[in-house]
Amino acid sequence: MDSYNKKNFSSDQDIKWCPGCGNYSILKQVQTILPEIGFPKEKIVFVSGIGCSSRFPYYMDTFGLHGIHGRAPALATGIKLANPDLNVWIITGDGDGLSIGGNHLIHLLRRNLDVNILLFNNEIYGLTKGQHSPTSKLGFKTKSSPLGTIDNPFNPLSLVLGAGASFIARTTDRDPKHLREMLLRAQEHRGTSFLEIYQNCNVFNDGVFENFTEKSKKVNQTLYLKQGELMRFGSKKQYGIRLDGIYPKVISLQESSYSFSDIWTHDENDRTKAEILTRFFGTPGYEKFPRPFGVFYKEERPTYDMLFHDQISLAQKNHPMSLDILLSGDLHCKI
Amino acid sequence: MIFKKILEQVTILFAGNSGDGIQFIGRQFTNTSAFLGNNLSTLSDFPAEIRAPRDTLAGISGFQIHFGSVEITSPGDFFDVLVVMNAAALKKNFPFLKKGGKIIANTMGFTSKSLQLAGYTPDVDPLKELYDYDVYPLDMIGHSHKLLQNFNISQKDKEVAKNMFALGFIYWLYSRPLGYTEYCLKQIFKKNTKLLQANLNVLRAGYNFGEISETERFIVKSSNRPSGIYRNVTGNQSITLGLATAAIQAGLNLFYAGYPITPASDLLNYFASYKNLGIKSFQAEDEISAITSAIGASYAGDLGVTGTSGPGMALKQEGLGLAFMLELPLVIINVQRGGPSTGLPTKTEQSDLLQAIYGCHGEVSIPVLAPSSPSRAFTVAFYAAKIAIEHMTPVILLSDGYLANGSELWRFPKTYQLDTICPPFLKNSKNYSPYQRDEIGVRRWVKPGLAGYEHRIGGLEKEDETGNISYDPKNHEKMVKLRQKKIDFIKKKWPKPRIDSGKKTGKLLILSWGSTYGIVRAAIKILLSEGKSVSHSHLEYIYPLPNGLDTILQNFKKVLIPELNNGQLIHIIRDQFLIDAIPFSKIQGIPFTIFEIVEKVREII
Ligand code: SF4
Repeated sequence: MDSYNKKNFSSDQDIKWCPGCGNYSILKQVQTILPEIGFPKEKIVFVSGIGCSSRFPYYMDTFGLHGIHGRAPALATGIKLANPDLNVWIITGDGDGLSIGGNHLIHLLRRNLDVNILLFNNEIYGLTKGQHSPTSKLGFKTKSSPLGTIDNPFNPLSLVLGAGASFIARTTDRDPKHLREMLLRAQEHRGTSFLEIYQNCNVFNDGVFENFTEKSKKVNQTLYLKQGELMRFGSKKQYGIRLDGIYPKVISLQESSYSFSDIWTHDENDRTKAEILTRFFGTPGYEKFPRPFGVFYKEERPTYDMLFHDQISLAQKNHPMSLDILLSGDLHCKI
Repeated sequence: MIFKKILEQVTILFAGNSGDGIQFIGRQFTNTSAFLGNNLSTLSDFPAEIRAPRDTLAGISGFQIHFGSVEITSPGDFFDVLVVMNAAALKKNFPFLKKGGKIIANTMGFTSKSLQLAGYTPDVDPLKELYDYDVYPLDMIGHSHKLLQNFNISQKDKEVAKNMFALGFIYWLYSRPLGYTEYCLKQIFKKNTKLLQANLNVLRAGYNFGEISETERFIVKSSNRPSGIYRNVTGNQSITLGLATAAIQAGLNLFYAGYPITPASDLLNYFASYKNLGIKSFQAEDEISAITSAIGASYAGDLGVTGTSGPGMALKQEGLGLAFMLELPLVIINVQRGGPSTGLPTKTEQSDLLQAIYGCHGEVSIPVLAPSSPSRAFTVAFYAAKIAIEHMTPVILLSDGYLANGSELWRFPKTYQLDTICPPFLKNSKNYSPYQRDEIGVRRWVKPGLAGYEHRIGGLEKEDETGNISYDPKNHEKMVKLRQKKIDFIKKKWPKPRIDSGKKTGKLLILSWGSTYGIVRAAIKILLSEGKSVSHSHLEYIYPLPNGLDTILQNFKKVLIPELNNGQLIHIIRDQFLIDAIPFSKIQGIPFTIFEIVEKVREII
């Protein structure tokens, strides 16, 4: 297993994404971490729905299933319940995962099936050439919204946390180091891990995440979360987040009235605080807050596949049954 | 001792408010009769509401059982006995009671209010007017109350126990033992000894009431069938047993995914109760997830199965296309009900046949099978799974509400008697390609976990053999034809269609499919005894149509196709064989009666 390298995970297929697409960077990082995760490649399955991101499995030299629009969580459920030893990855996008497949996604999360979900969020429908998606910003003009959208976008991390996700994190395609770290963290987690990746679609929505990826802008507009560390940001880390009761506040350490002890320390295991963090989304009242990246929340709880198989083993142990007995039923007669 | 009269067959209808436990006592009587070795056929008819308005015609739940020592293939057109819990049950079903038949009535269901709700004149008790009938007015509630006066249970529980009184009495009347029902009550009230004792007391009181009533008693002897061990089975149950058996026979795990929907929910309930057999059951968040997760399970090496009814089947079409494209085994059960849309959820219909054959987008060809009776459902489900596995294809199993809830005596097989099922797993191959086919057009099943055979498959059109994505025009045409050819090959394995009853040639052939089998068979018996030149052939393997059907059809001047729809099989038969078959439709949410078939034939020849 140790002998795997990135190349072992590249399939022989030509990659058909647009040159410059953020997907390349994600593909590369996934191929880089797989040799390290301790799974032989025949036990790894990539499952996807439809969309640019969903072509991903074709480029991986593992097992792969390219399904139907939005249904990857359902396919993955069947795969994992058929064979819990497999390492299953769901590759989805904002349209695939949050629109047509929204129902499957939330139910997968509440069940806590042991799979990894990578949501490539580019705030647009790319493969159908540029319609607004459920994460497109309000007022966004696209081919299908020439006068601007009138539907409020989803806040994906709030949504999935509400659905009962046991691991949520955010990263971007432009920060390979962080992306890699988050992929490893997602993979490590037992249960459904949900990793939102801001992915640039340079053809239909170029630069939509610029504020969080361009060096000059990102310092003041991003907050990198680290377990046990103070929530500070800014070019000189001069800003911090303070919790005032249940209300977060951006404070400046340059103002003499605040000290380090006023700053909120990140705790990945705190669900309530994670909920507050997911609100840092530019929504009314939160315009001034930086966008958080990193692991927002994680919790250990039994996985669905484990509970599912435990029930079966227990039933088999406590009330053993043979097919012949089942067929004969509890009441029969001899003629 | 009272003299017992021997009867060859009896039809009883239990009817009352939905909530009176009618289906329960019906099933109790059925299982007890099966235990005695009677041939039987049952029909459940209940409202879509769990508790429909009390004492009204619309709220009546009915359970019909036709049992006997002679061949029984239909639940019967007319009743010998009506067991009615109220006036509405009598009003609704009286027209189908045979002249001189018996009425066992719960007198408390005949109060002036109940009479009025049923549409009788409030002050005239219809039970007192039925001079030509054998009426047993029983104060079931009064008896229950009296018996249970010292029991510390609710008034409601005392009242509900009345159905046990009726059951006890009818057990006595037809000389049946109480043992099975006593056993069941003990299971149900395991944790409530008071309720158990109350129900047992009322059951026995009903039986004893018979003893002191000096009424004529009857015996219905056990069936004249070949000797063997038999049990009672419902259509839904039989399908689950057939599929579980097939999976085990193939050495596979069965993964069933379903979403609750009438009348298919019992499939999910049964599979969920087979955990101790290693069966996996998954209640999905919706119909789409149910079929898609089953596809995922098949991809990973289990036998994926899903089941549903009308509207759910519509939602599964997308998944069907994927399963067909991936060429993975999958069994889809459609327990048909009255449609379209929510339609008649608790009523039966055969109106999804064209959907099964033509419902999917694109050039899709999916084998369709439809069992003819609850016991046949086991075998047909078994073969549906065998075909799905050995030919790597989705297969549709068409059941219906009548078949699903109906039951009959079944001589269950021993596992060593079963056919083999060989999954086409890959056996050592140096140059493996995902879409390489064998001589019958089937690709290999390679599940994740097999080192060195990592590959990607999906819903996009694929290149012949390699399975790589391909948009090449000629390749697409080739692939469509290859997939069709694979399905066409399956009919070579279908059993040859045959004449079920009647001569090989004649004036009229009745060609039926699905659950209408038993009723047509019973009708043909009558027609043949009248000397009519009529025969019957029945289809269980519907798509692709079996070889040899044309020869059968050619030997008759006319062909009549009775269906519980507006004419669907007839389109296929006309299309395939260019014959001017005669349609015979019934679209009322209930099965044909024997009489309707007989009359129709008399009209034609
Ligand atoms: S359309 Fe956008 S998301 Fe799709 S491949 Fe091109 S750049 Fe990437």
